[in-house]
Amino acid sequence: MASRAEAPLQRVGGPSALGGGPRRFFDLLWLMSITEFKRVYFGTVLGYLWSLIRPLLLFGVLLFVFTKVFRVGSKTVEHYAVMLLLGIVLFTFFQEATTNAVTSVVAQEGVVRKTQFPRLVIPLSTVITAMLNLALNLVVVLAFVLAFGVSPAWTWFLFPVALAALLVFTAAIGMALSVLYVRFRDVAIIWAVLAQVLLYLTPILYPINAFEEENQTYEHLLMWNPLSVIFTQIRVWVLHEPDAPSVVHAAGGWAGLIPATIIFFGVIAFGAWIFKRDAPRVAEAL
Amino acid sequence: MSVDQKIHIPQSVPTAPGPGTPAAIRVRDLHKSFRIPTKRVDSLKERAVHPFASRDYRELNALRGLSFEIRQGEFFGIVGRNGSGKSTLLKLLASIYKADSGSIEIAGRLAPFIELGVGFNHELTARENVVLNGVMMGLTPKEMRNRLDAVIDFAELREFADLKLKNYSSGMLVRLAFAVMMEADADVLLIDEVLAVGDASFQQKCADAFHQMKAQGKTIVLVTHEMGSVESYCHRAMLISDGEIKYLGEPTEAGRRYLKLNFAAETGDSNDEEANQEEEVDSGEGARLTSMRILDVDGNETSTVEMGEPIRVEAEIELLQDAPGLHAGFVLANADDVSMFELSVPIHSADGNNIKGNTVLVTATVANPLAPGRHFFHCGLQSPFGISVYVPKAATFVVFGTHPSAGILAPETDFRVRIPGEEV
Ligand SMILES: Nc1ncnc2c1ncn2[C@@H]1O[C@H](COP(=O)(O)OP(=O)(O)OP(=O)(O)O)[C@@H](O)[C@H]1O
Ligand SMILES: [Mg+2]
Repeated sequence: MASRAEAPLQRVGGPSALGGGPRRFFDLLWLMSITEFKRVYFGTVLGYLWSLIRPLLLFGVLLFVFTKVFRVGSKTVEHYAVMLLLGIVLFTFFQEATTNAVTSVVAQEGVVRKTQFPRLVIPLSTVITAMLNLALNLVVVLAFVLAFGVSPAWTWFLFPVALAALLVFTAAIGMALSVLYVRFRDVAIIWAVLAQVLLYLTPILYPINAFEEENQTYEHLLMWNPLSVIFTQIRVWVLHEPDAPSVVHAAGGWAGLIPATIIFFGVIAFGAWIFKRDAPRVAEAL
Repeated sequence: MSVDQKIHIPQSVPTAPGPGTPAAIRVRDLHKSFRIPTKRVDSLKERAVHPFASRDYRELNALRGLSFEIRQGEFFGIVGRNGSGKSTLLKLLASIYKADSGSIEIAGRLAPFIELGVGFNHELTARENVVLNGVMMGLTPKEMRNRLDAVIDFAELREFADLKLKNYSSGMLVRLAFAVMMEADADVLLIDEVLAVGDASFQQKCADAFHQMKAQGKTIVLVTHEMGSVESYCHRAMLISDGEIKYLGEPTEAGRRYLKLNFAAETGDSNDEEANQEEEVDSGEGARLTSMRILDVDGNETSTVEMGEPIRVEAEIELLQDAPGLHAGFVLANADDVSMFELSVPIHSADGNNIKGNTVLVTATVANPLAPGRHFFHCGLQSPFGISVYVPKAATFVVFGTHPSAGILAPETDFRVRIPGEEV
């Protein structure tokens, strides 16, 4: 008989969001994200191209509509096309990550109900998969940015900061949606509609300063949306146009940023709280 | 054929870890209940329409205060009827469900196998899946890559290593999953009814693997309905019924009590069957069978007979006319309706005549050479003067035994093995 190293008895706390130790958590997170990414891109004939074609097609159509039909873009913004493309690619990430996260826990039912699995890995891995996709798309965007004559600037190094904020915000929403969906299946439909609404409530198709003088209030109200703040800041940092409004200006002063800040951290806190609360009992509720 | 006939291999010398061995799993007063909504509220609309609907639930106590200890290196069996709470217990041990109260302590790394092949991604190849599965079980991707070849070889799937799992046969999937389990190298393994799969040669491999794990001194908790497995692998076994421990100790005894419990619950519906038969009994032919029952040692009605124990039957016959030369015949048949033997009883009073209107009580005790399984008595009443009554399945009972047995009979045997040149 082989004698085993005697391990001490340790109290078991039950299932949780992070259960199983940090090393296992990150191993699993990375492995799950990368395998899903590979599956999508090596599983189809055109692979990666598909994920690029969708935002590019949207970009082409919108560019035509907003510069040739409505003429919103071309007048007020120096680099309207680049702003539009960057916005679409980033929003596509947000939409894809959150939409996939909604059903993720339910879709991984077998794993949740029959293995010891840190619950948080599941929604987070959909966000990471979307992020890998975004990283590839950003390379293409970079080519466009340079082609359209935007010159590189040191503020480009600040772009990851804004990206990180977007990532955290996306992950928090994904976490909340994934456990809410276990109990309320309507969440999927509601979120599909909400995400669509958010696309129009974020300055992507139009610049934030597109409003007439007397409608400035709308501009300030739009800045309640944390995504508006992030996207506006990205425009400042990446495109560095002289007449692009700063975040503070668009919000109508520093005080105007308070609602967005509260919402931003509120959403993160809510996502973390509800996930932590529901994760231990997800397996039995499925 | 049951699995266990295929994998039945002689008992290895079971050196059970003694009471002094440190515990691998310690459970104290474990409670778990589920809320079963009487009406499930799955959408927001329903919730808006019936805001209090979710309060309509029933409390289902799946586990009611279990306390036990499993020693390191022990092969521990858990048996119990469907819905008794075995899987729930394993899921609590594995941190899949959350306990309501009580404590669980575990020594070392634990790997649960509630179902084989959970977490396999069918779009990926076997190799990729093995690594993914290993990481789920707590190894690092690097460790698992090192064991990849061992896993593929154990599963005998070398030619298929790069095939996507969606193109695997279900047996191949099981092999792969079992191989991952064997290589996972956890200190404590929880296994829930995963033996009953794979072809014969693989069964043998599993059996060997279990014996090997046992020899390595791993702690294994096995949930199964196969009493043969319990006896051949387990050091100790626990019987659960309605979320409570009914017995903990000798595997053989646990198995015996399990089978008894299992068939005792059948008495209820076998009565129903008899009620149905009553119609056929009443054929108005001058004699009828009013009841037929199987009795236990104390003379109470039962529906189970242990293997080797004599079968006691009691039949009540009502005579509606004079019936000289009446014979009652009880044909014993098994579940496949193969007649095994007949019990023939001549019916007459002390002076050789039958009196109209009398009821006759026939009791008989028969030696029981039957193999485990369900059996029936067909009853026939026959006289040379026109009585001919036949009641199929007049009584039914189950023969139970801890040893599964091939064939329809299991006669008592006495044997000796002598090896020339050895002192007995
Ligand atoms: N997630 C759940 N939600 C509600 N009830 C549950 C849940 N899981 C188990 N139960 C209930 O708990 C009881 C015990 O179930 P469990 O799966 O532990 O039985 P078991 O002993 O494994 O049975 P079997 O031999 O059929 O596998 C059952 O009545 C079952 O309906
Ligand atoms: Mg079960």
